[in-house]
Amino acid sequence: MEMQASKIMISNKKINLNIKEKVSYFAIYLAAILTLVALISIIGYVLMNGVKHIDFNFFIQEPSSMGRKGGIFSIIVGTIYLTLVSIAIATPIGVAAAIYLTEYAKETKLVKIIRFGTETLAGIPSIIFGLFGFVFFVILLGFRWSILSGGLTLAIMILPTLIRTTEESLKTVPQSFREGSLALGATKWQTIIKVVLPSSISGILTGLILGIGRAVGETAAVMLTAGSSLGLPMSIMDPTRTMSVHLYILASEGLSKEKTFATATVLIIFVVLINFSANILANKYMKRTKIEA
Amino acid sequence: MMNRTKIKVNDLNLFYGDFQALIDINLDIMENKVTALIGPSGCGKSTFIRTLNRMNDLIDNVKIKGEILLDGADIYDDKCDLIQLRKSVGMVFQKPNPFPKTVYENVAYGPKIHGVKSKTALDEIVEKSLRGAALWDEVKDRLDKPALGLSGGQQQRLCIARCLAVEPDVLLMDEPTSALDPISTLKIEDLLEELKKKYTIVIVTHNMQQAGRVSDFTSFFLNGEIIETDLTDNIFSKPRDKRTEDYITGRFG
Ligand SMILES: Nc1ncnc2c1ncn2[C@@H]1O[C@H](COP(=O)(O)OP(=O)(O)OP(=O)(O)O)[C@@H](O)[C@H]1O
Ligand SMILES: [Mg+2]
Repeated sequence: MEMQASKIMISNKKINLNIKEKVSYFAIYLAAILTLVALISIIGYVLMNGVKHIDFNFFIQEPSSMGRKGGIFSIIVGTIYLTLVSIAIATPIGVAAAIYLTEYAKETKLVKIIRFGTETLAGIPSIIFGLFGFVFFVILLGFRWSILSGGLTLAIMILPTLIRTTEESLKTVPQSFREGSLALGATKWQTIIKVVLPSSISGILTGLILGIGRAVGETAAVMLTAGSSLGLPMSIMDPTRTMSVHLYILASEGLSKEKTFATATVLIIFVVLINFSANILANKYMKRTKIEA
Repeated sequence: MMNRTKIKVNDLNLFYGDFQALIDINLDIMENKVTALIGPSGCGKSTFIRTLNRMNDLIDNVKIKGEILLDGADIYDDKCDLIQLRKSVGMVFQKPNPFPKTVYENVAYGPKIHGVKSKTALDEIVEKSLRGAALWDEVKDRLDKPALGLSGGQQQRLCIARCLAVEPDVLLMDEPTSALDPISTLKIEDLLEELKKKYTIVIVTHNMQQAGRVSDFTSFFLNGEIIETDLTDNIFSKPRDKRTEDYITGRFG
């Protein structure tokens, strides 16, 4: 009798577990679907309202009458220019810092402080970076509103993420690769450059994409440091307007609903393209080095 | 036949922090012979073999006393060129660790690091090293394929080829077959027979039969000390120390 009772108890427990599992599975599933639906509807809504206002001219014409008419050529150029400058500044510094932190630094007080600093920096609202960039680069150093000021500011802004992701990917490189290289008589530096970095390239790329995403999407900090000029930037000392800033100004000043959505569409395409090409790059690299499926 | 001492270890003591992992190690490693290091887990075999190419330098908090003479020169002397040392004393690890690069690039890695640039020279070194590791025939058509796509046994022979490419005198192997299947293990053992004609080999193994099959000399380690070193045949037929006998007859460890 007793045996049977306990058996029933056990099977009850099993059923309970099963139900619990099903419920939590369902909840997770629902969350995933919700996210997907939200994403698709936002992008879909923008595209639906934007695509019909985009033609070839929209890409190659300069904006006129404050952006109510014409295209966004100078704005596309400005966005790419600014993003490239910020990446060009942030990548070497970020990768070097990550290499120092993971490969060279011992766990000293200083390193802990640096790490705490980068983590804190990653969480600071971008407008603070904007304010700093404005006061420091624009005014104090006299760079004025320019791609340089904006690029430096954005570089500082994306550095923490870049350092973190690079650090993480360096840490995933097996110690045995390093030992193998050192045992062949390679120096530490050769080992890092020829074995460790190439093995973590996809992680570094991920950090870069996140950084580019942040640079492209930033509005307030860019307005404060790169300005919002509609002219075609010719040099790094020229002010410019990025797509996000343009979008913000068009929408907040009610200049043109069509151009707003058209710009938003181009922005989305831009971001998707960046992600896509980075993926291809990473895959291409993986193919050369990792096992072929 | 005369045996020449390739590596002479004198009163070597090694500490990890306060823990003494090697105690008064004295050992002569003979040129063009295979020396096997056996002993129970944790007795210091890996620690010892890693002192021979100074891989322990990478670990914080390691203190080393005593001397290790390679061809008469102390490798722990300040004057010792670490890069030159690691070039002439190659190491094969327990788990095959080819780089995530192609087969070719793996073998060419060492020579490139040490300044070989010409493509024809590299091609030659790669082929010679892969032949030396008895791998050439299996990979000659897939030199540009990722090394991680090879089987475990092939990967380990690739790691051997990678060592050979920098033309070492000594090969250190820390349980090189413990992650491999029996067939691959036999291939590597056969290879050792071939390699010892040109290289001095030190191999750590947990496998008594393997030590018996491949080595000329055997050292028995216990708790950080060398209990005895002798011709492998003597160790296995008439060990002098009771503890050695207990170990090889499987009574402990
Ligand atoms: N980095 C380290 N720091 C502190 N102690 C260590 C370190 N590496 C090894 N030891 C200790 O030193 C002793 C010898 O270790 P070692 O790895 O040399 O043994 P082993 O003979 O190779 O064992 P196994 O057969 O299991 O590989 C062990 O007690 C181990 O715990
Ligand atoms: Mg070991």
